[in-house]
Amino acid sequence: MKVRIHVNLKPGVLDPQGRAVHHALEGLGFDGVKDVRVGRLIEMDVADNTSDEALDEMCRKLLANMVIENYRIEKLETA
Amino acid sequence: MKAAVITFPGSNCDRDMAVAIELVSGKAPLRVWHGDASLPDGLDFIALPGGFSYGDYLRCGSMAANSPIMRAIKDAAERGVPVLGVCNGFQVLAESGLLPGALMRNAQLTFVCRTVPLTVENSQSLFTSRYDAGQTIAIPVAHHDGNYFADEETLDRLEGEGRVAFRYAESVNGSQRDIAGVLNESGNVLGMMPHPERAVEDETGGSDGRALFESVFESLAVA
Repeated sequence: MKVRIHVNLKPGVLDPQGRAVHHALEGLGFDGVKDVRVGRLIEMDVADNTSDEALDEMCRKLLANMVIENYRIEKLETA
Repeated sequence: MKAAVITFPGSNCDRDMAVAIELVSGKAPLRVWHGDASLPDGLDFIALPGGFSYGDYLRCGSMAANSPIMRAIKDAAERGVPVLGVCNGFQVLAESGLLPGALMRNAQLTFVCRTVPLTVENSQSLFTSRYDAGQTIAIPVAHHDGNYFADEETLDRLEGEGRVAFRYAESVNGSQRDIAGVLNESGNVLGMMPHPERAVEDETGGSDGRALFESVFESLAVA
């Protein structure tokens, strides 16, 4: 089973990287960008019987830092 | 006094830390590899050095926080053994949950490498008893991810319990409330971004970090 883990900074946590990217986009002449937040995407291939609880635990224990980040688990259709 | 310096793949301040400990205590610390599952018996002091453990993969300190030796370090910390984490060592302690909060990318996004003034906020801890409260000391920093973050409730608790050991006396990296070093609840674990081990000799740029090691070794002599 292919799984994507989307890790993002929690709302309210300042994202200096996102701010710099925002700035760079404006520098390139792209108007109308209101906000940029930079996150991380982790793609995994796991055994089909991997439980949701196990995926949650992976995120909480390692893939995301729960002090500053949120995560979202996206399961992709298997071919 | 039996001290140990832990080396992770990518640590680069472990030798400096060992030299500082030997200089101040008169005894060379043991060197422990991250893959060891246990610590030498009867340790009095454990130091986690700076560097870029595991190439800062995923998040700074996150891989090292899950290495075999960390389980033994957590046990030792719970038994009250003093544990000092400097720079990457602080990141490892925060990632492992031994200290609250997280170290994020510096607010200005640039690596900061200079000697900065710190205010000693708590001179009662076993790491800071040789300083005076409110004293300003000069200690070098060298990091890209030292921007301390914790939620407001945690920050208030840290301040209320005297667990902010050091504060930057000038803007350095965007840390919440300019926090440079924090203690755990029982006061035997200290994490700090500035490098006291790089400030132990006047010949090499200052000796304000020396009192930190003296404080630890003095507390051990009394105990």
